[in-house]
Amino acid sequence: MIEQSYIYGLVGGLIIGAAAALYLLGNGRIMGASGIIGGLADGSGRGDWQDRLLFIAGLVAAPWVALSALGLSATTNASSSPAVLVAAGLLVGFGARLANGCTSGHGVCGISRFSLRGIVATGFYLFAGGVSVLLFKHILGVI
Amino acid sequence: MRNLVSLASGSLFGLGLLISGMVDTTKVQGWLDIFGEWDPTLAFVLGGAILPMAVAWQISDRWRAPVLGGSFPMRPVARITPDLAIGSLIFGAGWGLAGLCPGPSFASLSFGGWEGLIFAASMIAGMLLAVPARRIRVATT
Repeated sequence: MIEQSYIYGLVGGLIIGAAAALYLLGNGRIMGASGIIGGLADGSGRGDWQDRLLFIAGLVAAPWVALSALGLSATTNASSSPAVLVAAGLLVGFGARLANGCTSGHGVCGISRFSLRGIVATGFYLFAGGVSVLLFKHILGVI
Repeated sequence: MRNLVSLASGSLFGLGLLISGMVDTTKVQGWLDIFGEWDPTLAFVLGGAILPMAVAWQISDRWRAPVLGGSFPMRPVARITPDLAIGSLIFGAGWGLAGLCPGPSFASLSFGGWEGLIFAASMIAGMLLAVPARRIRVATT
């Protein structure tokens, strides 16, 4: 039996891949969220700030527009502990920039190109994510 | 026209993240929770996303340039650096802790409440903290 969330996952995934394909074939750019956001935040991507800002505008606005139009609501079910949110945010931001990519850049765009760096990065962050959930959920019980 | 493509790509990315469930931290943590109630949804998301992009890379090999000018990104040197490994480990630890990564954290800003804002602000702070580390890397390679 196939769960409904798997179908939503697959459809959503195909749309994410289509977004990355459009960005590559149209503008010649790799759709990496941490690179697009980070380059704007630290000024290293100021040469194409318009491109980055518009991408981010669509990324933030489209879910809001879709939910409003359909009269639906959504939730992230995120932790309500400020300490957890701050620590996780710092780790995600720092790590993604040090590794030069995150789930979208290394995961989606890297693996689909059979990039060794993308495949290795994905292996490392999946491993660390698994250990993190094991530690913080099952051992320490903070999430 | 380039601006329109950027906006359209970002919008599609946001919709895909919303529909796929990547903005739901319990789904992400469920996927990483191999010792608990494992949720395989993210395998469908990643698999679904890789398919169109793999086709796009094949097309880009045959085209001389992107439709709207410029050039296709060069293939990076296939070198596994300490930064890649350590950065990915640090990133993964935070991803597991909160269940959010950069794309979904922005896609959920409109409905993620103050929790989402704290995460996104901390993530940007982390990105800025990485600037000196990135500079050292550039200087030594």
